[in-house]
Amino acid sequence: MKPAPFEYLRATSVSEALEFLQHDDAKIIAGGQSLVPMMNFRLAQPERLVDINAIAELTEISEDGADIVIGSLVRHAEAMRSPLLARRLPVIAEAMRHVAHLAIRNRGTVGGSLVHADPSAEWPLLVALLNGEIIVEGPEERRYLAAEEFFIAPLVTDIGEDEILTAVRFPEPPSGAGMAFDEVARRAGDFAMAASGALVQVEGGVIRDLRVALGGVGDGPVRASALEEELTGKPVDAVSVADIAELACEGLEPMTDLHASAEYRLHLVPVLVGRVLETALARAAGGRA
Amino acid sequence: MSTRIDITLTVNGEEIVETVEPRMLLSDFLRDRLGLTGTHVGCEHGVCGACTVRLNGVTARACLTFAAQVDGARIETVEHLGTVASLNRIQQAFRKHHALQCGFCTPGFLMTVQEMLETLPLETDEEIRDALSGNICRCTGYEHIVRAVRELADEREGAAA
Repeated sequence: MKPAPFEYLRATSVSEALEFLQHDDAKIIAGGQSLVPMMNFRLAQPERLVDINAIAELTEISEDGADIVIGSLVRHAEAMRSPLLARRLPVIAEAMRHVAHLAIRNRGTVGGSLVHADPSAEWPLLVALLNGEIIVEGPEERRYLAAEEFFIAPLVTDIGEDEILTAVRFPEPPSGAGMAFDEVARRAGDFAMAASGALVQVEGGVIRDLRVALGGVGDGPVRASALEEELTGKPVDAVSVADIAELACEGLEPMTDLHASAEYRLHLVPVLVGRVLETALARAAGGRA
Repeated sequence: MSTRIDITLTVNGEEIVETVEPRMLLSDFLRDRLGLTGTHVGCEHGVCGACTVRLNGVTARACLTFAAQVDGARIETVEHLGTVASLNRIQQAFRKHHALQCGFCTPGFLMTVQEMLETLPLETDEEIRDALSGNICRCTGYEHIVRAVRELADEREGAAA
């Protein structure tokens, strides 16, 4: 239960971190809430650890024009308390309440959750839901990746060994949109057996934009496209969420593991989608009262 | 390979200068190097909460932090709360409500409860249980811990009113 020996380097800028990553077996440490358990079990034995906690430029939550940019070193607890996010993307704080526990939220980072890429984690789902763009810096270039490009398989992403995730950028949500997030876990703070987020824009009684994202039921975050297509353009009064939530299961092949069977996860999906859709509709300007 | 890292930090108000191997966990540093054995080591992978300390004012798992990372940091451990002769208010409430049996998990709970009382509304027992969910207790069944925190939260509201 003790980590194998490693070399420890503390970077104070992104360029210095990129320099330190020029090594056969280097790994970035940010909050360490997923990496250090793996190191303690010796499931991970990097020869070099590059600590990025001192890189101030990665700790900001800011607005860039209409976009919202969250630095990769922002802690879950900071995102949960951010007045800017509460105003622009309140669904983020709603999701953060489900991330692990107090002490873990104080240390764990946005970037760490994204590169760890647990299919049940909240940040990957939020990036998929909010059409976020993951910003990755490498020695040669900066890349901008959507969720479907970044997340490849459970715990596998498109990021290279010599690259660093610096921020996630969210476009302005559609005006008046209502958003909601919910998940079901065995205990408070455990990884979700299934999770769902919704975003709905209603104009003149018609659903203009509708997105539903799911977690814990695939290789990474997934969008319920069949459901999204079915509801977009429909008059909001004609929609019976209970009748159509099943559509969110189309194409899903969830895993069976210690936490839940595939069958149970498929049971949870329409339940959660029903809840988040109803809540998002109630929160949307011009939506349901 | 740099095998020794010099660190300077404040632990329970006292300045500490030490040299550590990079792989030394903060929990081992506190216990073995500084003799602060109040910080307990349970699971060593961040699940049980027994090693919870405060790092720069907020709770953190000492078993998921390397000592090399805390250069320049301020740390408080359970030894900072009170002494046997003079228990602090949280410890008194735990004693009064029998919020411990074997006591192994207690240091972590005390550190978590301190942060809960400072940062959360704690209006309902459900909220208390949710905030305590990162600390595992195998004796009490949590009921008495919740009662202790309930009293502390009510007392805090009384003092604020």
